[in-house]
Amino acid sequence: MTRRVVLVVAPFVLLYVSLFVGRFDIAPEDVARMLASLVVSIPHDWPESVATIVLQIRLPRALMAMAVGAGLSISGAAFQGMFRNPLVSTDVLGVSAAAGFGAAVAILLDRSLLQLQAFAFIFGLLGVVITYMLARVYRTTPALMLVLSGVIVAAFFGALLSGAKFVADPEAKLPAITYWLLGSFNASTVRSVVTIVPAIAVGVAGLLLVRWKLNLLSMGDDEARALGVRTEWLKGIVIACATLITSAAVSACGVVGWVGLVIPHVARMLVGPDHRALLPATLSLGASYMLVIDGLARTATAVEIPIGILTAIIGAPFFAYLLRRTSATWQ
Amino acid sequence: MAIGTPLVHIRGVTFSYGRREVLKGLDLDVHRGEVLSILGPNGSGKTTLLRCIGGASIVSGGSVRIGDVDVGSLSAPDRARKIGFLFQDHTPTFPFAVREVVIMGRAPHLGIFGSPGPSDAALADEALERVGVAHLRNRPCTQLSGGERQLVLLARTLVQKPDVILLDEPTAHLDFRNQVLTLRIIRSLAADGMTMVLTTHDPNHALWFGGRAALMKDGRFVAVGAASDVITDATLATTYDTDVRVFVVPGRGGKGQSAICSAWHSD
Repeated sequence: MTRRVVLVVAPFVLLYVSLFVGRFDIAPEDVARMLASLVVSIPHDWPESVATIVLQIRLPRALMAMAVGAGLSISGAAFQGMFRNPLVSTDVLGVSAAAGFGAAVAILLDRSLLQLQAFAFIFGLLGVVITYMLARVYRTTPALMLVLSGVIVAAFFGALLSGAKFVADPEAKLPAITYWLLGSFNASTVRSVVTIVPAIAVGVAGLLLVRWKLNLLSMGDDEARALGVRTEWLKGIVIACATLITSAAVSACGVVGWVGLVIPHVARMLVGPDHRALLPATLSLGASYMLVIDGLARTATAVEIPIGILTAIIGAPFFAYLLRRTSATWQ
Repeated sequence: MAIGTPLVHIRGVTFSYGRREVLKGLDLDVHRGEVLSILGPNGSGKTTLLRCIGGASIVSGGSVRIGDVDVGSLSAPDRARKIGFLFQDHTPTFPFAVREVVIMGRAPHLGIFGSPGPSDAALADEALERVGVAHLRNRPCTQLSGGERQLVLLARTLVQKPDVILLDEPTAHLDFRNQVLTLRIIRSLAADGMTMVLTTHDPNHALWFGGRAALMKDGRFVAVGAASDVITDATLATTYDTDVRVFVVPGRGGKGQSAICSAWHSD
């Protein structure tokens, strides 16, 4: 019970903290009053520049971090259940590689940020559509075929991305591509929150709707079908939702690894394997984790650290610890 | 409908894996309330036939009907309300509680976005009680013995409330005691009027159920009929290419019971 309360409250506390912590110190009570001013009219006795930092820069960035963290984590959990494999994450169908290539193309073509996000998003979806079609045999999509097709698509788009980097102008565009791929939330604006967070929310809602059926799908295709599950529909829904989330996430902040792999395991340790409890728990943990990581990214050193580096530096050893503790079982 | 009326109609069923024809034109009726045992050597097509009846595999030719509907034309939920399937090799992935595993059997009675409620949980408890493993309800399903797991999965099949239950080698991998336990429960379900089709490697089991038996070899039936009529020295020799004897041993209460023995010691 207390665990559930903590899971519900934690992301909101961290959201609040992340609004007053930063390179520019702002008093927590001022942040509270600024937030309150969004809903009720209270006297504005703070400088406009401070309000801009909190409401136009930190708030969108924190909301984006929460949405991406929550979205990648719930997708990872859904995929681990669907593929019955603890080493699977949202990248397994090639979405990140394809989205990364899309972003690189946009940078090569001197497109605006909004267009870059659109490119990344569309290529991400395209990559998964190719994977899905490759994996289709006799009107079914066996898990092994999906994973292998995902490897092929990821390798292919990885090569295209290398090609894009190779032809990029090494003075300006190559660094832009590289930095973008390392991941950052510093491009989060009110506008990108308004476009990207709803896309993630739709995917999350879809996964939450089928969360009990994921328990059945984790029994394997034959058994799930014998229990009356339309397995191809269900897999299609899960893949579509997870891909929507991951494409939107990559388009928002670049490629952020490890979150979708590690957070589901942590959530499973806390609430058990039942996806009815597991998926909501991953939302809370993923959002909280990403707020902490982004907080570190923007405050730990004088220069902002790319998100992808931090998630791997923290995520990989933590995953190693989990692996040693559980010997690769699900407990 | 009365016990004994045909429920499942298998007509001219063929099945091929690529070029290899596994089922070569089978005709069989399964009657309401009977236990039908399918016997045959490895690779004779027992499991494939069961999968075709259950709609887990699609027949290459012929048809399987349940009542008057073609199994292949049924949607997964419709099929799961008519047919329960106990697969032979179930490897649990996640440590779900036993009760949750059994509740999954309610899925065909809930909508696509539905999830189970208290009445479904009550049915699950009832089914666990029925197969005698109610004490396991809170155990993680990954920590069950083979025999316990088989009974839990049987309970899950029961909460589907199907018209017929298909069991693929329900006693495989079980020790002697658990075999007997499982067979007893199958027999008591049969006594309640449940229709069941099962595959088995042990002709003794078919005799013990006392229902009908179908002996298969190379995708064809060698003999179909009352178990005690069709399981004979001659049919077993044809089916398994081995010399065996069927003995009648005195059972409790003076009733005779058949037992199969290998004939190797008579050489």
